[in-house]
Amino acid sequence: MPYIPLEEHLPGITGLLEYDKIAAAPIRELTQILLRGESTLTECERELIATVVSNGNQCKFCTAAHTAAADILLGENETSQKVKENIITAPVSNKMKALLTIASMVRENGKAVTQEAINKAKAEGATDIEIHDTVLIAALFCLYNRYVDGLATVTPAGSEFYKGLAERLKNHGYNRLPQGYDHLKKNKTVAP
Amino acid sequence: MAFINLQNDLPGIRGPMQYSPETGEALNELAEILLHDDNNTLSRGEREMIGAYVSSQNDCFYCQNVHGALAQYYFECDMQLIDDIKKDYESTSISPKLKALLSIAGSVQKGGRHVTPAQIEHAKNLGATDKEIHDTVLIAAAFCMFNRYVDGLNTWAPQDRNVYVERAAMRAKEGYANIDLNK
Repeated sequence: MPYIPLEEHLPGITGLLEYDKIAAAPIRELTQILLRGESTLTECERELIATVVSNGNQCKFCTAAHTAAADILLGENETSQKVKENIITAPVSNKMKALLTIASMVRENGKAVTQEAINKAKAEGATDIEIHDTVLIAALFCLYNRYVDGLATVTPAGSEFYKGLAERLKNHGYNRLPQGYDHLKKNKTVAP
Repeated sequence: MAFINLQNDLPGIRGPMQYSPETGEALNELAEILLHDDNNTLSRGEREMIGAYVSSQNDCFYCQNVHGALAQYYFECDMQLIDDIKKDYESTSISPKLKALLSIAGSVQKGGRHVTPAQIEHAKNLGATDKEIHDTVLIAAAFCMFNRYVDGLNTWAPQDRNVYVERAAMRAKEGYANIDLNK
């Protein structure tokens, strides 16, 4: 049970972002810029960074959510599974392997990032802004993962919830829905 | 030297914030709400202290000095007390409630799952409200982001700790939102 009163129909991060809408606004904005804004990294690549960091932090809610988001963008579920198992052997580009390696180091601690890992990413063609965004996305998910688990939010079982969430993220990004989230209450029947 | 060309020589988080102004603005807006906004039952000093404590646990020199100096400014104390709190808050004269909140923040720093129901109950018994517990967790989580942004890009930091103390009054007055990063 969560440590603070959150709406039952909004598990994981979704309830927290409605509990404190004022703090949620810049967090949503930051996420929208980093994961959906203009970038030479694809939306899917950025979701994979979020997935790998959340998985490393053992945050089940965020891992399931961003795995589902990556899967829906890719149209398959093998890549996300493989990057969680092993970055180096996963079916992603060498540049992505280097960026995911940096993200994993950031997850550990900012100081764990090595010059060697940066050099490797640059040698594989990563630009400064791509490295910047990778570091900040990884850092942002260190916030999310701790926010979600630090308040003991609910993690839905099964895949149904996350499929719905991924669909929302695909269609609306990370901005708050203009109509809010009351339509997600179970006793209401509203068109998707 | 920073791992990427930030195109400026500003210290700490101000370097990447100037390099990437759009994300910088959102980060500063979050800092304003969490640390400076007076619509909060935790004092600015208490919130800055949570940030400074988490930053020290993450070994981020820049952030622990910026926010330690802010806490020092609000508490009207000397640097020794801030250092003592960072090192062993239990043995200091701060309120039992702040100690309980720092304990939660310390667990968040290690990982969200480290926070225990007993820690939350203890804080609530000492008068901490749900919102205060929420803010403590979010401030601690936010500093786990800020610290990684600063150190993950290998930004530089002034080594003279008095530099941070001298800047604290200005930051307290101006807050974090819409600031001139060059000042």
